[in-house]
Amino acid sequence: MIIRVINEGQYEVNDDLLDDLNKLDNEIVSLLESGDETGFRDVLSEFVSMIRDNGTSLDPETIVESDLIVPPEDLTLSEATKVFSGEGLIPD
Amino acid sequence: MGLFKRMEIVVKSKTSKLLDRFEDPRETLDYSYQKQLELLQQVKRSTATVVTTKKRLELQRAKLQQNMQKLDLQARDAISAEREDLARLVLERKKANEIEIENLTTQIEEQEIEQQKLIQTEKKLSAKIEAFRTKKETIKAQYTAAEAQVKVKEAVTGISEEMADVGFAIGRAEEKTETMRAKSAALDEMVELGALDEIGGEDEIERELRKMQTTTGVDTELEKLRAEMGK
Repeated sequence: MIIRVINEGQYEVNDDLLDDLNKLDNEIVSLLESGDETGFRDVLSEFVSMIRDNGTSLDPETIVESDLIVPPEDLTLSEATKVFSGEGLIPD
Repeated sequence: MGLFKRMEIVVKSKTSKLLDRFEDPRETLDYSYQKQLELLQQVKRSTATVVTTKKRLELQRAKLQQNMQKLDLQARDAISAEREDLARLVLERKKANEIEIENLTTQIEEQEIEQQKLIQTEKKLSAKIEAFRTKKETIKAQYTAAEAQVKVKEAVTGISEEMADVGFAIGRAEEKTETMRAKSAALDEMVELGALDEIGGEDEIERELRKMQTTTGVDTELEKLRAEMGK
């Protein structure tokens, strides 16, 4: 499975990792809801590290669609809120 | 819905817009390529803005550093004239100046990091665009309507994901730079008015803490100067 970490690049990762990632993703969402900035940052960082540590980085010249797109490690709580509200972070 | 699902939706909405735009897939390829080149220009412009902002902050810092020497001389003059009240005032200002220099140094470092990130983004995007161009020409050369749809979709989906990624980086860099510019403009005004000890945007507690910090610093420095000058 190919995962894109925004602002970082794409990684080829074993499909087995998905369960663990999903768990952390749920945690991130609840931290976001409770507005716990520190917790949010810690778990997000763990989440991205997990991808980085278990994946191999794709050659930048490869053009391929990702199966999963995840936010950058340093996404702030307020940016995450924008993603959730559907406001989007990417200008047209 | 999780955060990465949301992120995916944000990114992919860009792709479908791109794919739905033209009837002929070859046009989609050319249009997408055009957009990539525009994006690359945008990254370059963002880098230039970050560099300009950084220079401006450096200039401000240099000005404040010069100011430090001036204030030091003023403090000595005040002590010579036995005007402790005045010396205190000058030293308070000097301390505020020093704190602002530290803040500027942090901001300059942040801009430097932002600049390096954008340079990396530019490099990666250039490589991708070049790869896309080759791919695009290959698809066009072997063009048969039936398989073109699929190939074009693959290529465009892959690249537009990259473009959304870069768009995110640009958006962020611009936002950060904008905040810093606003701060920097406010600082210019303060320095102009000689009101550096009344930096706005802080709450009661921050103000008290800074005052405390300033006063302690002033006492120590006043003693030091006195000792140096034998007063």
